[in-house]
Amino acid sequence: MGIELQNITKKFTGYTALDNISLNVASGELVALLGPSGCGKTTLLRIIAGLELPDSGKIILENKDTTNLPPRKKNVGFVFQHYALFRRLTVFENVAFGLKVLPMRERPSRSAIQERVEHLLKLVQMDWAIKRYPSQLSGGQRQRVALARALAVNPKVLLLDEPFSALDAKVRQELRRWLRKLHDEIHVTSIFVTHDQEEALELADRIVVINKGRIEQLGTPQEVYDHPVNAFVYNFLGNVNVFHGRIKEGKVTLGTHHLDAPDELKNTEERPSQAFVRPHEIGISRIRSNETDLAGTIQEVRLMGGQIGLNLECEGFEHPIEAEIPRDLYINLQLSRGEKVFVSLNRVKVFTGDYAI
Amino acid sequence: MLKQPTPESAPIVKKRISDPLPVQIVLIGLTLLFFITFIFLPLGLVFAQAFSKGWEYYLESIREPYALEAVKLTLTTVAIVVPLNALFGVTAAWAITKFNFRGKAALKTLLDLPFAVSPVIAGLIFVLLVGSRTPFGSWLGEQGIKIIFSTPGIVIATLFVTFPFVARELIPLMEAQGRDEEEAALTLGARGWQIFGKITLPNIRWGLLYGMILCSARSIGEFGAVSVVSGHIRGQTNTIPLHVEILYSEYNFAASFSVASILVFLALLTVGVKVTLEKQFQKNSFHH
Repeated sequence: MGIELQNITKKFTGYTALDNISLNVASGELVALLGPSGCGKTTLLRIIAGLELPDSGKIILENKDTTNLPPRKKNVGFVFQHYALFRRLTVFENVAFGLKVLPMRERPSRSAIQERVEHLLKLVQMDWAIKRYPSQLSGGQRQRVALARALAVNPKVLLLDEPFSALDAKVRQELRRWLRKLHDEIHVTSIFVTHDQEEALELADRIVVINKGRIEQLGTPQEVYDHPVNAFVYNFLGNVNVFHGRIKEGKVTLGTHHLDAPDELKNTEERPSQAFVRPHEIGISRIRSNETDLAGTIQEVRLMGGQIGLNLECEGFEHPIEAEIPRDLYINLQLSRGEKVFVSLNRVKVFTGDYAI
Repeated sequence: MLKQPTPESAPIVKKRISDPLPVQIVLIGLTLLFFITFIFLPLGLVFAQAFSKGWEYYLESIREPYALEAVKLTLTTVAIVVPLNALFGVTAAWAITKFNFRGKAALKTLLDLPFAVSPVIAGLIFVLLVGSRTPFGSWLGEQGIKIIFSTPGIVIATLFVTFPFVARELIPLMEAQGRDEEEAALTLGARGWQIFGKITLPNIRWGLLYGMILCSARSIGEFGAVSVVSGHIRGQTNTIPLHVEILYSEYNFAASFSVASILVFLALLTVGVKVTLEKQFQKNSFHH
């Protein structure tokens, strides 16, 4: 097992950052800690690295209890949100740092260090910048150097704290794919923290959804996206329409509209419920194909790249419903503002918890 | 949509962003007047007085044994005080910016105390603490250690008066730089002294030097606190400012201003070093 966290708890004055977290990460796995800001995910990462101490619990890295070891004995590579490159040192010196601070008897020879640094910089495609200073590099380039620096000490575990969040959208996406490829090549056990669900879905082998210091759900991106265990996870993983209603006699009320309740909620007594539908799972057509379809009017049209976003005013619904449809469909149906359409809600997800958005 | 300024609109924009000419003239005039009255005129007078009895008298006054002893004592004090306060300043700034502990805010406020307290009171504190009439002072006297009315007292008083300079220079700098680089070094396996030597010190070196310059300038010129603890023993416990004051009160104006001109030279030297360092500092802070 690469990383085993057992019952990690950490309290700061006034609130609990981590509440009894246990998590196993297999060797070579790439895991995302996903959650809103302030949910404790960065604290968890810093605890694994030894930059913070847990109040209780154990951290086992490669079958060795490292709970009370100082960071320098943990053999963990850490990549910071704002790069944290050494500003007075060149790219070469930055990457060589971890090797040069080793005690004399463990330190590689000068030429070995040179070779290793060159190799790593080639790996992150930054070998051309070996003599530059961090201030002469762009954000994406700095983060690549930071990654090479973290890998230089042959870490057992690589930890990345929101590594792409300070970059602009285009570079972020590029670097994300590149990191996935790199991980497939070097297979170092890695955990990265993010609040960006797209990043987690695209990059991770497994996703750990965290909220208020607790793990809400753990699974592959597919599992988490398709079968969210509760309203929080469903809501956090993408845009949603929320309908507050009641569940009664196997039916869910949405506005003046009734839907069959999902099987597991068929026999519950009457209580408040929330129904969720993702905007891209809303069907739009010119003709009523099903008696549950809603009649609606297009209130607003938004261009969103390949998709078109629609705000629909539907009879019996207080708030407009958001839908996303492919551009082709939008053109084929000759839609525009003010047009009347029929709206079908597919894959409605119903939760009865008291979770509030 | 922003429009390119048209030729017609350009003068209007210019008028708006700069003050009217009379205001400019008044402001610049006032500043110049202030500079002339309070800096250039007195400086000129110092040299005029110093040379009023001719070159030879000037040289004689600053070569006289008591004057030389005063210069020696002042430089000795600076040589002891500045390194000690640099060490103290770095330690205090490190503690305040890199750790969280109880009473941190109080410590930060207390750092300014020597600036807030009148230097005379600062001197008196030490007289009351280790003067020969106090129990501790008389015990020290029995051991043959003399603090008040001797060099250690002067050093301690100067130390107290100048101790905020380095720390105050470093704290904002280190706060702005944050802990990221140190934490990165930590995860890369560096030990405390390696982190300090390879990361922290290079990052703060210009700020540190700048603080030390300010500290030197104040150490050279300190009068009040030193005056109280010195005892004014000629050739033994007189620093340059004290010597100037003694000569002046003896109506020996030419000699007094001759020695004062040494202070002026030292001050100009520190200002010169400061300006050079500031340029370096600015150039280097682009390396972020």
